[in-house]
Amino acid sequence: MAADEKSPDRLYQEFVKGIWKENPIFVQVLGMCPMLAVTNTAINALAMGAATAFVLIGSSFLVSLLRKFVPKEVRISTYIVIIATFVTAADFLLQATVPDIHRELGAFISLIVVNCLILGRQEAFASRNSVGYAVVDAVGMGIGFALALFMLGSAREIVGFGSFFGMPLFGPNYEPWVVMILPPGGFLMLGMILLVMNWFQQRKSRSREMMEKAA
Amino acid sequence: MMDLVWIFFGAALVNNFTLSYFLGLCPFFGVSSRLDVAVRLGLASTFVMLIASTGAWFLNSYVLVSAPYLRLISFIVVIASTVQFVEMVVKKASPALFQALGIFLPLITTNCAILGVALFQTNRGYGLAEGLVFAFGAGVGFTLALSLMAGMREEVELSDIPSVVRGTALNLLIAGVLSLAFMGFAGLFSGM
Repeated sequence: MAADEKSPDRLYQEFVKGIWKENPIFVQVLGMCPMLAVTNTAINALAMGAATAFVLIGSSFLVSLLRKFVPKEVRISTYIVIIATFVTAADFLLQATVPDIHRELGAFISLIVVNCLILGRQEAFASRNSVGYAVVDAVGMGIGFALALFMLGSAREIVGFGSFFGMPLFGPNYEPWVVMILPPGGFLMLGMILLVMNWFQQRKSRSREMMEKAA
Repeated sequence: MMDLVWIFFGAALVNNFTLSYFLGLCPFFGVSSRLDVAVRLGLASTFVMLIASTGAWFLNSYVLVSAPYLRLISFIVVIASTVQFVEMVVKKASPALFQALGIFLPLITTNCAILGVALFQTNRGYGLAEGLVFAFGAGVGFTLALSLMAGMREEVELSDIPSVVRGTALNLLIAGVLSLAFMGFAGLFSGM
């Protein structure tokens, strides 16, 4: 890789794209399996997001470091084993530090292994770029993922329980929307968020067209 | 015997893997645009689930007793090799299906539902027979959800829908309604 490409500008770009422009959940719609199941409260969502980000950063670092030594034929299996190692570490880490949350998340921590987002990043980015970029990309994607999870978790907790991080928000007369805590709520809430994002996107492109026409 | 029936219906309907545990969502949204492909992918996944369940039981009772921290890694290796095997068989037996499934065949490896079967079965302490019934139920439930979704999407494709909703947003809303409907099954066994 040429030296001039290692500019801070590109580093910044790789970092920011994961958070907004290529947000893993809202734009790429990857890694949904574990995300919908655990986002019924903000704190669970945050723990899950942090664990996933940890695994993503660790495995991106290792995959990028080993990218010249791994034969092409067995790369997917190698990535999976690397990811599984980090997930095992994250699992034990959560169990030791926050046992309550670990119990609530249950098997979904282990299921981070099969999060398409993580394998996708290894295949599409970490295995083709140097360590610095791979880590920056992973940090960006990890933050984007955790942020999206946190948004969804907060939204579901606020309407579903009428609370935020366990603190009641609306007083005793609030009738909680129980459906938002239940599985269908996950689908519905994410659907609605995507709907709003689509709407903004369309409005933006329409106004750009108008501008171009006027000019 | 009654236990096995419970396990089967529990996995297939009441706690449907896709619609109430959110497992296997990637193929659920990715491959559900045509009904026949969806059904076949469901069957292939069911087959892998059965093998993964047997493998997980074997590993749990003979190998992992002395090294439980290797569970995740060994499970995923078993699943990955099974998928490789299924891929070769499908390629040989039905090249057309192989074409239709495309990238989603190797991606069965990262189908959470399959690892989910192995993990849930371990957490609940199922034996071999219970595990197999559980895996079969989960597979049937997954196939059911996938084909229902595909059927609806084929209908929706031809109807007049505002462009804002088209795509993933609408699929998610459909899945939400479907999941709501499946919650009705929760009352199925409460009377017994």
